[in-house]
Amino acid sequence: MSSHIVWMIVGMAAVTYIPRLLPFVLFKGKELPGFVQGILKNVPYATLGALIFPGILFINEDIWFGLLGAAAAFLAAFLGANVIVVVLGSIAVLSVYSFLF
Amino acid sequence: MAELAVGKPSGEYRKGVQSGISIAIGYAPIALTFGLLAKATGLSIGETALMSLLVFAGAAQYISLSLLSLGTGIFEIVLTTFIVNIRHFLMSTSLNETWDDEQAANKVILSFGITDETFSVAAVREEKVTSGYMLGLISVSYASWVICSGLGHLIGASLPQTLQESMSVALYAMFVGLLVPSMKKSAKVVFLAALAACFNTIFTLTDTLSTGWAIVLATLLSAVIVEWIENVKNRHRG
Repeated sequence: MSSHIVWMIVGMAAVTYIPRLLPFVLFKGKELPGFVQGILKNVPYATLGALIFPGILFINEDIWFGLLGAAAAFLAAFLGANVIVVVLGSIAVLSVYSFLF
Repeated sequence: MAELAVGKPSGEYRKGVQSGISIAIGYAPIALTFGLLAKATGLSIGETALMSLLVFAGAAQYISLSLLSLGTGIFEIVLTTFIVNIRHFLMSTSLNETWDDEQAANKVILSFGITDETFSVAAVREEKVTSGYMLGLISVSYASWVICSGLGHLIGASLPQTLQESMSVALYAMFVGLLVPSMKKSAKVVFLAALAACFNTIFTLTDTLSTGWAIVLATLLSAVIVEWIENVKNRHRG
């Protein structure tokens, strides 16, 4: 292993771990103001929106590929399917799509 | 509440593992490709595995490879990694509100495993998040990430083209699968997700912000605006 690369990896590990860790230390046992708590409760759903769009449109040069995958996942989830079924179902739909086109 | 959170640690661990399976499936093709690209960039299998073991952050690891092949210096690569991963600060802050554990050391150790995916799965959980659950969730995701990174380098090939392409939807499908049940229950969730999606799409398409910052800012803007609107509405209702 080259020490140059190992140092890079150690540096990357440190700057990745710190933001993950810090909130648990900084806000330990602290009651945050109500408005801030409200915002933090909103964060998961807002994050999911931002993680899905626009990323899902660019998983393939063919934009319909991502849109079809999103539609399949949405439909399966809307009908109450378990997350794992949603994932496998979308993969299956896209496999059929790329087999046909 | 305390007994609830501590009780049946092994059951919680198993539930965590079950929730992590979708992540493990989604990580597999990405990690295989990472291993393959790392080999093409000239990293040894040891270095490739070490990076996945210590960093455990997909986007940043991919970016480091392309920067390495451009001959970028270590300092810039580490700085870029920091900027890309700063979004986890927001996720940990949010998760800290719902994750109960008197034992501070558990959170210190397990926070290593907070990724976009493990955060999303844990954050939409209806029950309180426990350390046993997080351990199960993270260990299965982490195992998939590290093992598949090594395998990608070792085999020097990824999955068959068609399967690889289809599987690229996996993590996005998982995010949709996590979001939709909450959307059905609450209009607020629909607004939160749609608003953040719009902001992030604007930031990305106009190329105004790097990916890491775009997600942080889109999330915060949406979370603050929706909370503010709700407060105003409640006040008017009196």
